[in-house]
Amino acid sequence: MVSTEDGPGLFDLDQPWRLDERVAVRPERFGALLYHFGTRRLSFLKSPRLLDVVRGLAEQPTARAACARAGVSDAELPRYRAALAALAASRMIRPTGADGPGRA
Amino acid sequence: MSLVDEFQYGLDAPICLTWELTYACNLACVHCLSSSGRRDPRELSTAECRALIDELERMQVFYVNIGGGEPTVRPDFWDLVDYATEHHVGVKFSTNGVKITPGIARRLAASDYVDVQISLDGATEEVNDAVRGRGSYRTALRAMEHLAAAGFAGFKVSVVVTRHNVGQLDAFKAIADRYGAQLRLTRLRPSGRGAKVWDELHPTAAQQRLLYEWLLAHGEQVLTGDSFFHLAGYGESLPGLNLCGAGRVVCLIDPVGDVYACPFAIHASFLAGNVRGDGGFAKVWRESTLFAELRRPQGGGACATCSAYDACRGGCMAAKFFTGLPLDGPDPECVRGHGEGALAAVAPGSAPRPSPDHSHRTGPVPVTLGRRRPPERACDEDPLAGFAAPVG
Repeated sequence: MVSTEDGPGLFDLDQPWRLDERVAVRPERFGALLYHFGTRRLSFLKSPRLLDVVRGLAEQPTARAACARAGVSDAELPRYRAALAALAASRMIRPTGADGPGRA
Repeated sequence: MSLVDEFQYGLDAPICLTWELTYACNLACVHCLSSSGRRDPRELSTAECRALIDELERMQVFYVNIGGGEPTVRPDFWDLVDYATEHHVGVKFSTNGVKITPGIARRLAASDYVDVQISLDGATEEVNDAVRGRGSYRTALRAMEHLAAAGFAGFKVSVVVTRHNVGQLDAFKAIADRYGAQLRLTRLRPSGRGAKVWDELHPTAAQQRLLYEWLLAHGEQVLTGDSFFHLAGYGESLPGLNLCGAGRVVCLIDPVGDVYACPFAIHASFLAGNVRGDGGFAKVWRESTLFAELRRPQGGGACATCSAYDACRGGCMAAKFFTGLPLDGPDPECVRGHGEGALAAVAPGSAPRPSPDHSHRTGPVPVTLGRRRPPERACDEDPLAGFAAPVG
């Protein structure tokens, strides 16, 4: 159940990213639930701040900026980067401008 | 709090739910979870179905698992599918394939928001038709051919694992692969008409072990709807959350709008309310006393001292209930073998009978046999199926 296609180190914080348009986001007390209609996968964001980061991606020039905007400290950045890498590996987020993959 | 704990205590809205649109069915599968066959004249109208979809959209329910009965026999079925997806409620529906024409297959293939599960309970015509009825194997395979020809990649071939088909797992996988589909295996429940055949059809202990190993070997390639979490008692968890989501993150809405804790528990004991009541579905989900009860911490009862309890959580509530076992005791298919002793202690005929029965009436109704009728088809699932790793 753990996405391992992509290592956290491969996530580029300095690129623009956004939520895939086929992903629905539902805020919850623990963070949020994400559901991707294309891959039919459910995922969880385990903190409200991570939700802020994800929601801010599309408006910020880079993922790093989205983290800063959401108040993520430098010390916390590696953990958020790993979380974003997992989201990218499961195709919940993708680089801005890239065309989405087809039906999973 | 861990995610599993969060889910145990319930969410403000289900992640997904099972919605049985009709009790009408062209088949009469012996293990039907909902004892389907005849349409219920009280079933929700098109307008009521649309209003319910509106409500699910407001609650942000991601998707519904539509079943029945055979949902595609409702004349408004395709319109309701379109209505749901237009309102951001995804649809997965289970069908025996009877209405999957080439044209319908093309229409389905064009949508990202619709997924299809074709039910097949034998990898050969002989094994399948013994359970699902004559001709049902060919109907299912024809539907698969149409979906594959239309370019619908990744539809599901959905199998209820029985004593007679558990030896065909590789063959099922080959069928799914042949059509570019994904195999989905689920557990036989003693629910609906399944109560009557469970003793003969549920896998033996030795078969369960082989099934467990097969599932571990295939990992996420094969879906299970989190159906076999009781097998986690063997040691290693299968993919999924391995918890019972009944009334916590999932539920069932039946064709007349009754809301039950799960698709396998169509019985007055698990009835939380009706969507036609004041406050609709949201009120039932958020305020029913039954669901509040299910969301309280559950004790392990007789299982509390078992070293496997943290893994299997005591197994499936519905499987226990319909075999007459206490809900805080072992699952009838407990991998440690505690179910067999418990079942032996159940007085014959004392297990609860599934409540509504919409089975076809083919011939005289035997009045002296104490027929058990359970709920209906093995088609839907735990919404936690296919969840990805928690992030953050």
